[in-house]
Amino acid sequence: MASTIDLKGLVTWLELADAVIAEHADELTQLDAAIGDADHGTNMRRGMAAAVEAVAAGQFTTADAMLKKVGMTLVSTVGGASGPLYGTFFLRMGGALAGKDEIDAAALAAAVEAGIGGLVQRGKAAAGEKTMLDAWYPALEALTAHPGDVAEATRAAADAAAAGRDATEPMIATKGRASYLGERSTGHIDPGAASTALLLDALARAAAGETA
Amino acid sequence: MKKLINSVDTVVTDALTGMAAAHPGALRVDTDQHIVYRAQAKEQGKVAIVSGGGSGHEPLHGGFVGSGMLDAACAGEIFTSPVPDQIVAATAAVDRGAGVLHLVKNYTGDVMNFEMAAEIVAADGIEVASVVTNDDVAVEDSLYTAGRRGVGVTVLAEKIAGAAAEEGQSLAQVAEIATRVNANGRSMGMALTSCTVPANGKPSFDLPDDEMEIGIGIHGEPGRHREKIAPASEIAGRLTEPILAELPAGDGRGVIAFLNGMGASPLLELYLMYGEVAKILGAAGITVERSLVGNYITSLDMAGCSLTLLRADDELLRLWDAPVNTPGLRWGV
Repeated sequence: MASTIDLKGLVTWLELADAVIAEHADELTQLDAAIGDADHGTNMRRGMAAAVEAVAAGQFTTADAMLKKVGMTLVSTVGGASGPLYGTFFLRMGGALAGKDEIDAAALAAAVEAGIGGLVQRGKAAAGEKTMLDAWYPALEALTAHPGDVAEATRAAADAAAAGRDATEPMIATKGRASYLGERSTGHIDPGAASTALLLDALARAAAGETA
Repeated sequence: MKKLINSVDTVVTDALTGMAAAHPGALRVDTDQHIVYRAQAKEQGKVAIVSGGGSGHEPLHGGFVGSGMLDAACAGEIFTSPVPDQIVAATAAVDRGAGVLHLVKNYTGDVMNFEMAAEIVAADGIEVASVVTNDDVAVEDSLYTAGRRGVGVTVLAEKIAGAAAEEGQSLAQVAEIATRVNANGRSMGMALTSCTVPANGKPSFDLPDDEMEIGIGIHGEPGRHREKIAPASEIAGRLTEPILAELPAGDGRGVIAFLNGMGASPLLELYLMYGEVAKILGAAGITVERSLVGNYITSLDMAGCSLTLLRADDELLRLWDAPVNTPGLRWGV
């Protein structure tokens, strides 16, 4: 078990996330087709691939520089609502880790909380509206509840995000494109919550020492 | 899926390349950044207008770049909003010192990306105003949704605000006119079939042969409800009634009536539908001052149509009649 995750671990996180998003891209797109506009998987795959490429091309010595690059790349390549949302998340997350190259569970929780603050501000959304926040909030709660060990905390966060993702199924969307369906949006998992759960699963695996 | 494409990954780039080839004297197309510009920029001192959105709605927006309408249009991936980099580049390129109006359709992604771009260019000292169109009455409960969608009125706003900018009105005036168009316009759409997003490869929703979807948007998202297919005269009523219920009374002023095709319905059917709408408006005592019928804001290969009505005052009608010279809309030149 690891009490911290270092810069290399964060890079591994993004590489694992890129792979798992690519693997599940069709599934994300199908979820989006049901209640949105059938492009979430395609857009996320394009964005994560570009982010990993940008990270590989750069020389980063701190988490904030690296995560801000990821955020800018996602804003520039994803489009739709997911680009500004995930982009803002990584920009804010990086901002909370200024100068750090070794991150403990408490710092990680604070960084995720800052990222979520960015999501709320950019998306003007709240919990329970069938958005990615419904995966992020439970994940943050789990992170905060496990302040000692990063691997343990991120695994708990990934499990909580997956449960949060599943909990979006009966919800009625009131934000984003799914909201146009009104009650017809129930019975479908929110694609943004699904991609968030994938990102957190990748984080847990990176923290546990898996390599890309 | 059968489509006239090379590869699903290059659809937008290839289409923009073709657009550049088709209109060499009128348009300059940045096929790397996916931005359509006028070949000849307007005079210094005039307000410029930038719009944009996901691809798949052609001729909107790139087809409306030209004298009397837009100065630049940013094309996103299919049904995906453009990114801030594109909007920033377009805004900086077309600014003639009088500021730039961003005309944005009300979708979460479009609004966020234009917002981020506006923050960036404002920091660079370019004056930007933004008007968001949200005319779709199919979205019934704006409190519990992302708000009414921007659809047909966007075409009318681009034309009318474009004319105001061309005659030298200030940024505040051009923005006010676009706002007035949006406030006085309402739309409603319906589909006979889904569309097929190339990257997805199959129809976005299943619609049985004997059913239609009422209250659709322009992205293959399902509508508010579906019902059995009906004669055109009845469908015209389904579109017109909810619009009239929400259209500002406008002191009995007449309307601009815009019957729009979703991409796969023949003009024969669109004129037939317009005829039915005209009968209903006539019976309701509403004067049609101007009309527009055709495929202007489409949803790839969706069959169906939308109706937009705009209560038009004398100034809006004068600006509507002003010359326009774009690939998608041309008169008075």
